[in-house]
Amino acid sequence: MITLNHYLALGGLLFCLGLFGALAKRNAVAVLMGIELMLNAVNINLVAFNHFLEPARVTGQIFAIFVIVVAAAEVAVGLALVLNIYRRRLDSNVDDLDWLRW
Amino acid sequence: MSALFFWLLAAIIIASALAVVLLKNIVHSALYLVLTFAGVAGLYILLNAEFLAAVQLLVYAGAVAILIVFAVMLTRRGDIRASNLFNVNYLAAAVVSLALFIVIILATGRMAWTANPGHAPAGNVGAIADAFLGPFAIPFEIAAVLLLVAMVGAILLARGGKQDQ
Repeated sequence: MITLNHYLALGGLLFCLGLFGALAKRNAVAVLMGIELMLNAVNINLVAFNHFLEPARVTGQIFAIFVIVVAAAEVAVGLALVLNIYRRRLDSNVDDLDWLRW
Repeated sequence: MSALFFWLLAAIIIASALAVVLLKNIVHSALYLVLTFAGVAGLYILLNAEFLAAVQLLVYAGAVAILIVFAVMLTRRGDIRASNLFNVNYLAAAVVSLALFIVIILATGRMAWTANPGHAPAGNVGAIADAFLGPFAIPFEIAAVLLLVAMVGAILLARGGKQDQ
């Protein structure tokens, strides 16, 4: 029997994998991939809460759709930023993008 | 039967997410990212959210993955086989992620969820449409404005200003 806690554990594991990817990667595009994994983990949790706790309404699915919308906007703007920085510095390594450093 | 599908999809999702994070070639990472998104779409079907599964496949496995592949192709320079390496603080990142996972498991394990009884609406798309055009009408419009602003901003950023050309 699969319970809500199984889905929450899966979402937590996926979130932590995405967090590791976003923190530990050197390529800016790979950092964006990690952020997408984290947003997907959140969506799994929202839909699982909807299914197990409040099945008569679709509020969790509505929120998941809003998360997808924001994620699409975020990845479009983020990749445009990466492309613009790459064109100026010929580099997409986040360790070298340090000209705002103190 | 649905438990079997859950474990199968969970294995696919976790294995391909690990491949996204650990593989050295960023093109392979992008391909495994598509597999992760498809597995999450299967999970939505298990959770009776068919419309969301379709949206997941269209937006994530279609549009977002293609955008990422475009960015990989437009920014790559040098050896593609070592294009997705770890930076200097990967050990600290691993410790932080592992600690967060342990905290999440402990917190969800001791939580007693109380479910509201009720049946899922028969037509999933109809219920979502009613919610979007009823109580969530204003957030729906704001989301459209957000997408328009993000699209215009992304085009301006990627195209560059006049002084660049």
